[in-house]
Amino acid sequence: MLNMPMNQEQLRLWIDQVSLALVDTLLFLDTHPYDEDALNYYKHHAAMKKKAVKMYEDQYGPLTARSAPTKDYWDWVMQPWPWEGGCK
Amino acid sequence: MWNYEKRLQYPINIKETNPKLAMLIISQYGGPDGELGASLRYLSQRYSIPYREVAGLLTDIGTEELAHLEMVSTMVHQLTRNLTPEEIQSSGFAPYYVDHTLAVWPQAAGGVPFNACQFQSKGDPITDLVEDMAAEQKARTTYDNLLRIIKDPDVADPLRFLRAREVIHFQRFGEALRIVQEHLDSKNFYQCNPAIDKNCGCK
Repeated sequence: MLNMPMNQEQLRLWIDQVSLALVDTLLFLDTHPYDEDALNYYKHHAAMKKKAVKMYEDQYGPLTARSAPTKDYWDWVMQPWPWEGGCK
Repeated sequence: MWNYEKRLQYPINIKETNPKLAMLIISQYGGPDGELGASLRYLSQRYSIPYREVAGLLTDIGTEELAHLEMVSTMVHQLTRNLTPEEIQSSGFAPYYVDHTLAVWPQAAGGVPFNACQFQSKGDPITDLVEDMAAEQKARTTYDNLLRIIKDPDVADPLRFLRAREVIHFQRFGEALRIVQEHLDSKNFYQCNPAIDKNCGCK
């Protein structure tokens, strides 16, 4: 999926999907900490998310304040906030 | 979306339990100037603020307040863990214990439960930011009141950290207020509300 060209909206949707897989698996692992399949599933998706987030942030700006200092100004407060909606 | 870090913002290791102190400190969890109200205040206000840097400050301070909420809860927990029935009776902790055992529950030192009326989200940037500045000062006063009577360094040290953060937040909110005012007509900041009125800005 990540090898295909994606615009900002598609890439964010991809991050949303991988993130949900991670959050959902996280909850499962909390109650099944020795489940090998779930653990591998988590690791696989965590790596995919890391890659996708890097791609997104390199092109469109920071998703967390921690990754914000990439420019010579504080990009964190320049991009739209998620609740603004509508803006693509 | 939020992520949780498995650490406290400032370390807390209280060696001596003290339910009397827990009953006082719990006010900074669910009391009128506590961290729960602070967090909900800023995270609620940010949606109607039309300036991104101010919305960012509200997001980031509101997030830090969640970490403070965790610190205050941790203090209450460590001050009350492993209490015996005798200690519960003799310390005056029994009325709280009856309803919550040794759990943490948001209430004020006087027993009043947390209530959303303890903060406002008014939808007017000047009004909201002035409330936020007052809120930081009220929390700072509460920490000063606690520190005046708390001598245990294990408890006082993290409280001093939290007190210092209130002062920093007050400073930043003051700057946010200035940013808002710079967007408005300097002859009359109150001519219109930029969160709702059209064409409300510098003339």
